[in-house]
Amino acid sequence: MATETTTEVVGSCVGPTGSAIGLPQLCFDWFPNQIFWLLVTLVVIYFLLARIALPRISAVLAERQGTITNDIAAADDLKAQAQEAEAAYDKALADARAEAQKIAAETRAEIQAELDRSIAEADADIAAKTAESEAAISEIRKSALESVQIVARDTAREIVRALGAQTDEQAINAAVDDRLKG
Amino acid sequence: MATETTGHAEAGHAAEGGLAFHPMDQFIVKPLFGDGAVHWYTPTNVTLWMAITVLVIGAILILGTRSRAVIPNRSQSIAELAYGFIYKMVEDIAGKDGVKYFPYIMSLFMFIVVANFLGLIPTAFTTTSHIAVTAVLALAVFISVTVIGFVKNGSAFLGLFWVSSAPLALRPVLAIIEVISYFVRPVSHSIRLAGNVMAGHAVIKVFAGFAAIAAIAPLSVLAVTALYGLEVLVAFIQAYVFTILTCVYLKDALHPSH
Repeated sequence: MATETTTEVVGSCVGPTGSAIGLPQLCFDWFPNQIFWLLVTLVVIYFLLARIALPRISAVLAERQGTITNDIAAADDLKAQAQEAEAAYDKALADARAEAQKIAAETRAEIQAELDRSIAEADADIAAKTAESEAAISEIRKSALESVQIVARDTAREIVRALGAQTDEQAINAAVDDRLKG
Repeated sequence: MATETTGHAEAGHAAEGGLAFHPMDQFIVKPLFGDGAVHWYTPTNVTLWMAITVLVIGAILILGTRSRAVIPNRSQSIAELAYGFIYKMVEDIAGKDGVKYFPYIMSLFMFIVVANFLGLIPTAFTTTSHIAVTAVLALAVFISVTVIGFVKNGSAFLGLFWVSSAPLALRPVLAIIEVISYFVRPVSHSIRLAGNVMAGHAVIKVFAGFAAIAAIAPLSVLAVTALYGLEVLVAFIQAYVFTILTCVYLKDALHPSH
């Protein structure tokens, strides 16, 4: 049977010179061969892909995706840490500033108290001195007034005498005192 | 056209020394060993190039990813790019529940794209240029998608053909059109791929044949170069189109309502 097919095949699809008769695509004698080997090829490719290649590639892609996700998560963590550190730093800074302000306020208050105390002391001092001085001044004024009185009495007596009148000590004194008061 | 070309070729042979065009000879299936008949089990050039396809896919997707690096090297990037490209396509078009069929679609895409590119190597045999190959691929998609549709949705899958958004009077007409278009799917799906690849390769071969005439040889070489560039595009685009259509059909099976 085989030999029969041989002659038939050569006769129907390939000419005696070895070139094709008609479309080789339409040579039905070759169909079983092509279909058989195609099916073998497809099955082999399918198993190579489904069993080895595709799981491997998808695993690699998944791993890469995982790595990227992990890296992004780690980066987020680090960012959160950095923000925390920044917050802590800001807080420390604010605390320090508040402390400094407190110390400054305390110092200022102390200085103010000291100053107030000194001013009060000085004021008291000044007041004492002023009182003393006023006492002295009034003393002086008093003595000056007495001197003026004496001088006025003397002057008045002499004037009265010079006018030739009787010098009444009592009357002159009263007159002078009266004038000085007025 | 094919018979004409063959006729010319025969005439060329008869004239001995004239232009000899054999643009279709590149598609001949030959046994690898000896000149015997091509039985279904015979190792042929189909076997060879499909085996090379498997090896290349293995090299890209398995050898390239053997380091399993979190930071990929170049070959691993290529594998991941292919994976991501098809995975996203399946997810975007067929939806979350289509992801289950991703290995199947990935196998189809890798086979077609690698076979297309391998076919562009001069003197290579292009397995995807044969309607027998693409028809099996398309039928496999058609049958599995239809089975998935009925298993997942039961008779509700027939709602795919009953356009509920259309006026009632039009629905039977539309249903007939939808049924026809549904059954034409595997035909267009397979012929689109095989036709594009075969036509491109045949045209390159025809232009290459003109290089035998010294006067137009430069033009011929230029044309072959340009066509080769085009074919590189076609090789990828057809694989992409086949895969994306598979995803669309899968989406129809999973969510048959319009």
